[in-house]
Amino acid sequence: MLKQCEGSHAVASAVAMCRPEVICAYPISPQTHIVEGLGEMVKSGKLAPCEFINVESEFAAMSVAIGASAAGARSYTATASQGLLFMVEAVYNASGLGLPIVMTVANRAIGAPINIWNDHSDSMSQRDCGWIQLFAENNQEALDLHIQAFRLGEELSLPVMVCMDGFILTHAYERVDMPTQEQVDAYLPPFVPRQILDPAEPVSIGAMVGPEAFTEVRYLAHAKQMQALELIPQHAAEFQKIFGRDSGGLVRPYRCEDAETIVVALGSVLGTLKDTIDEMRDAGHKIGVLGIVSFRPFPLQAIREVLKDAKRVVVLEKSLAVGIGGIVSTDVRMALSGLHLHGYTVIAGLGGRAITKASLHKMLQQAMRDELEHVTFLDLDHNLVKRHLEREKQKRRSGPMAENILRDVGVVAARIA
Amino acid sequence: MEKPFAITLDVGSSLANHTGSWRTKRPLYVDRLPPCNNACPAGENIQGWLFHAEAGNYEAAWRVLVQDNPMPAVMGRVCYHPCESSCNRGQFDEAVGINSVERFLGDEAIKQGWKFDAPPKASGKKVLIVGAGPSGLSAAYHLARLGHQVTIFEAGPFAGGMMRFGIPKYRLPREVLEAEIKRILDMGVVLKLNSRVDNILDSMKSAGFDAAFLAVGAHIGKRTFIPAGSAAKVLDAVGVLHSMEGEEKPMLGRRVVVYGGGNTAIDVARTAKRLGATEAIIVYRRTREKMPAHDFEVEEALQEGILIKWLSTIKQVSDAGALTIEKMALDDKGFPQPTGEFETLESDSLVLALGQDVDLSLLNGVPGLEIKDGVVQVSPALMTGYPGIFAGGDMVPSERTVTVAVGHGKKAARNIDAWLLGSSYEAAPKHELANYEKLNPWYYNDAPKTMRPMLETLRRQSTFDEVQGGLDESSAQFEARRCMSCGNCFECDNCYGVCPDNAVIKLGPGKRFEFNLDYCKGCGICVSECPCGAIKMVPEEV
Amino acid sequence: MPFQPVKFYQTGTFTVGNRLLAPEERTVQANMQRTNGLNSGHRACQGCGEALGARYAIDAAMRACNNQLVAANATGCLEVFSTPYPETSWQIPWIHSLFGNTAAVATGIAAALKVKGRREVRVVAQGGDGGTTDIGFGCLSGMFERNDDVLYICYDNEAYMNTGVQRSSATPPAARTATTMPVGVEPGNVFGQGKNVPQIAMAHNIPYVATATVADLHDLEYKVTKAMGMHGARYIHIFVPCPLGWGAASNDTIKLARLARETGLFAVYEAEHGEVTSVSKIRKRVPVEEYLKLQKRFVHLFGKTPATETIARIQAMADRNIRKFGLLEEEGV
Repeated sequence: MLKQCEGSHAVASAVAMCRPEVICAYPISPQTHIVEGLGEMVKSGKLAPCEFINVESEFAAMSVAIGASAAGARSYTATASQGLLFMVEAVYNASGLGLPIVMTVANRAIGAPINIWNDHSDSMSQRDCGWIQLFAENNQEALDLHIQAFRLGEELSLPVMVCMDGFILTHAYERVDMPTQEQVDAYLPPFVPRQILDPAEPVSIGAMVGPEAFTEVRYLAHAKQMQALELIPQHAAEFQKIFGRDSGGLVRPYRCEDAETIVVALGSVLGTLKDTIDEMRDAGHKIGVLGIVSFRPFPLQAIREVLKDAKRVVVLEKSLAVGIGGIVSTDVRMALSGLHLHGYTVIAGLGGRAITKASLHKMLQQAMRDELEHVTFLDLDHNLVKRHLEREKQKRRSGPMAENILRDVGVVAARIA
Repeated sequence: MEKPFAITLDVGSSLANHTGSWRTKRPLYVDRLPPCNNACPAGENIQGWLFHAEAGNYEAAWRVLVQDNPMPAVMGRVCYHPCESSCNRGQFDEAVGINSVERFLGDEAIKQGWKFDAPPKASGKKVLIVGAGPSGLSAAYHLARLGHQVTIFEAGPFAGGMMRFGIPKYRLPREVLEAEIKRILDMGVVLKLNSRVDNILDSMKSAGFDAAFLAVGAHIGKRTFIPAGSAAKVLDAVGVLHSMEGEEKPMLGRRVVVYGGGNTAIDVARTAKRLGATEAIIVYRRTREKMPAHDFEVEEALQEGILIKWLSTIKQVSDAGALTIEKMALDDKGFPQPTGEFETLESDSLVLALGQDVDLSLLNGVPGLEIKDGVVQVSPALMTGYPGIFAGGDMVPSERTVTVAVGHGKKAARNIDAWLLGSSYEAAPKHELANYEKLNPWYYNDAPKTMRPMLETLRRQSTFDEVQGGLDESSAQFEARRCMSCGNCFECDNCYGVCPDNAVIKLGPGKRFEFNLDYCKGCGICVSECPCGAIKMVPEEV
Repeated sequence: MPFQPVKFYQTGTFTVGNRLLAPEERTVQANMQRTNGLNSGHRACQGCGEALGARYAIDAAMRACNNQLVAANATGCLEVFSTPYPETSWQIPWIHSLFGNTAAVATGIAAALKVKGRREVRVVAQGGDGGTTDIGFGCLSGMFERNDDVLYICYDNEAYMNTGVQRSSATPPAARTATTMPVGVEPGNVFGQGKNVPQIAMAHNIPYVATATVADLHDLEYKVTKAMGMHGARYIHIFVPCPLGWGAASNDTIKLARLARETGLFAVYEAEHGEVTSVSKIRKRVPVEEYLKLQKRFVHLFGKTPATETIARIQAMADRNIRKFGLLEEEGV
């Protein structure tokens, strides 16, 4: 059923159809609308049986989810940015214990300076935490990936993070095809935990493991993610059968056949990129775009398959590995091991800076001429940077950087629209 | 369930980890000697029988008791209970009223008609006992229990000895004494009354006795030289008490003076009071602190109106019964010395309670005997210098109490038994003493001693009714439960509970506990928290 | 009184069991069939008060809920000594997640059980003082405030023992720890304001708060049983001496717990909905020195020149407790 709704609402509806049994909520923008929606459904009795728990922190949110999942309940929470960082210890713990919690991360920048707008710094900080990380391109995919996430996580006993761009998706009203409960039930079987806290069959979960077995435990976590590489395409295929939509999978190549230049990216920027590529293709350029849905596990083989015949790869990243540049780029490079391709890292959209087609055109033209620097910051205002560096050179107490730059910019919101 | 590797584990699997290997010391359950048992002249296992009494299992308690002492009803009245003086509970609140529980058990046995177990197979050996006093009866009982055929020759018309002739009725009702004697005789012990033994060797030979136990007691009242007028009425205490058992009660008059400071002096004075004396006065040469009589008896006597003249000796008795008394003073060493001050005390009769001597005439002609200070010398096994003839009670060197005599009877019986079998009796080595420091008194409730009811003073002054009453059942049980079970496990479950390693195995009611040395780390909490000191730590052997 | 003392029996009130008591008057620990929720073979130090307290509490809880119990456990000694791979000492469904989130994990378990309609299964969370009064305090307070159906048990041994005896907010003043060494002008832990978690728990007005020690098993079991008979957030704070961390003899564990109570330094009481409903009276009051002297962590107070002023301040703390809670018989509550 087609429906015009907010991204958060679409996700909340999808999560509700997955029949979660315990939801823990702690407010942080921009995920708040999702749990608000779920909270209302639980309180009204529309979503039952389900416990909706207003916790005192993200750390508690993930911890409650851990307890609930270990006791056999399908558990869900959502967070973003600082919230994700605040729960990190429990994030690692959930995957370490093999508890199939599903969590939405409404991607948002990490401070300081505090910034509520979208980039991928939060999820990327957790790339090694052992969770499966799926990135949604649009609201429809965000909706679909949540349904797939429960299925995948529970099959593997691994937690899954569904990443959707904050505000750009969470707060955007788009048309989505809302599945029926019957479809979801047909796709997602009831949760059968691999381990459960039950007096009928007591076990001790969370033992201390020393050097004698720790490597094996970590290896098994890795092996499970490798299994996910096989399961994710299967699940996408099954999903298509039931829902009639091609959604999910490991990667989504777009016009990559015969492409000499391929842009790699994740999340909502893929939409803008596709439009840009369409225009460039129309102009006769052999260019395509590769969207990565599954960032963890990282589909090395699938990516290599798409990129291996290209001449150059531009990885457009909404995050920055300070001191080196790209995060996704590093992983893509590993997929291209042994191939002689030009590789460029473009850092774009940090803290919600708009990524415009114009900027992309300009940048990609440079790339195709191999004039791009290895690490490029899209639309970086060099003057602002210079002025600040100058200030620092001039006096010791140059003052707070972010505030100085804002003063230089003049209008705070100038760059957001 | 197919659990995740390593981080999820099967319950209880740590049993595979034997933490006992950490230990350098191990706990050991012990039975220490409770001070009451240690102090009991009759060798009673007091803690042992209180253990059963606590549970209300009085017959079991009585049966443990009579393994050592066949006359608990008597003992519960006349024993001076050194057990209570040494009771650890005395350092906590007040000593356990062991004696009153013993009396309760004895009375209960009489009431319920409990009998001694029948002796085992007869040994075919015959033992002669001379004297049916406490040690003779005790020996008879123990020898009968060992299967020997026992005959008692008693010179007098009644059995009981000093229990009958030395202890007034108001302390020991005669029906109680009779009942306990009868129960011993019911085992098949032959008692021949009015059968004086003039020569022990002849008596043994005549009836083919294999061994003899002499327990004739000390019945001859000691005299001291006091110049007295010919008409003066001077009696001896044993005689007075003895005549109380006959038809003719002694005529003592209205003013009776008793000379002496022992329990017998008190008994005579209290008896005189009951016989109608308006004044019963004890004259004693030293002070109350030095008096050999038990203080509770002195106290009871004072309550009944007995007067005591301390630091006084009698120098002379006139025909009219006027006594010349010299005041004494204690010297530096605590001995009384004459002061030269005199006074006069009017009396109708003077009773001398200065101790008793033994009639040793039956031993004439027995070779090898040693007599010293008027008593027969015996080996630690209570055998006289003549093989096969043993002696005990007041006629051998010892404290002269009923309880000591009963203890002698038991000891002699065991040694006679061994001697008859051609061996010697070895007492089991004594356990280490369970003194107060070995206990953890925290665990005991404050529970003051239960007092036995006392007869009202007026009736005590005029009748021979028993002065001290017995405890009812609940009081007796309460009193038994005050026992701290010093040195002996009473199954309080503390060790089982306080072990952080679950290394104590509870074996079930009556079976106590066992250490599981696979897991015991040797922390010693069980030792510290054992209320009664029945666990100790010992070094682990390499 | 938390429970009726068994009069007229020499030890009924104080020992673990007693053959003469009616079975219902005996403790769970006296039972030959007790659960041993924490089994033998654990790697706790000799004389560990926490191992003891945990077994006491869990076994009592197991009896109270007919063995339908799930436990969440904070990181710490209890967790480490009970579940090093490949062996666990627990006999109950048990989970260890993190140091600071135990109350929240328990909340999650309770929520799962509720949603699954398993009302018969009850949830216990347990941790040491560090995991409770410090790092886990946020989650604990959240659990209290929401009145989640969890019994949280804190085993208080007054420092971070698992990491090598560092100070926690439950460490008493003047105590030596690895991070409050007995040097300088104020040797040992500082005289701060203290963080009294039972009192803070009471301020949440949760259904039940109680304190207990390993020295009084009857009282401890009574409180666990009572707590298990209620729903909502409940908190029991159990005083568990640590021979290693306190520098005490391993056989003195229970004695120290007893002395902590008898000095007044550790008040034993219970409260319902924020109101104190009963206190355990001091039986034989003793000065704090008797307690302090048994522990090397206080040895610097008893040197050549005893720190009389410091000891007096500690005594004053005990006296204040005694006044505040009415711990002496004659003072009444």
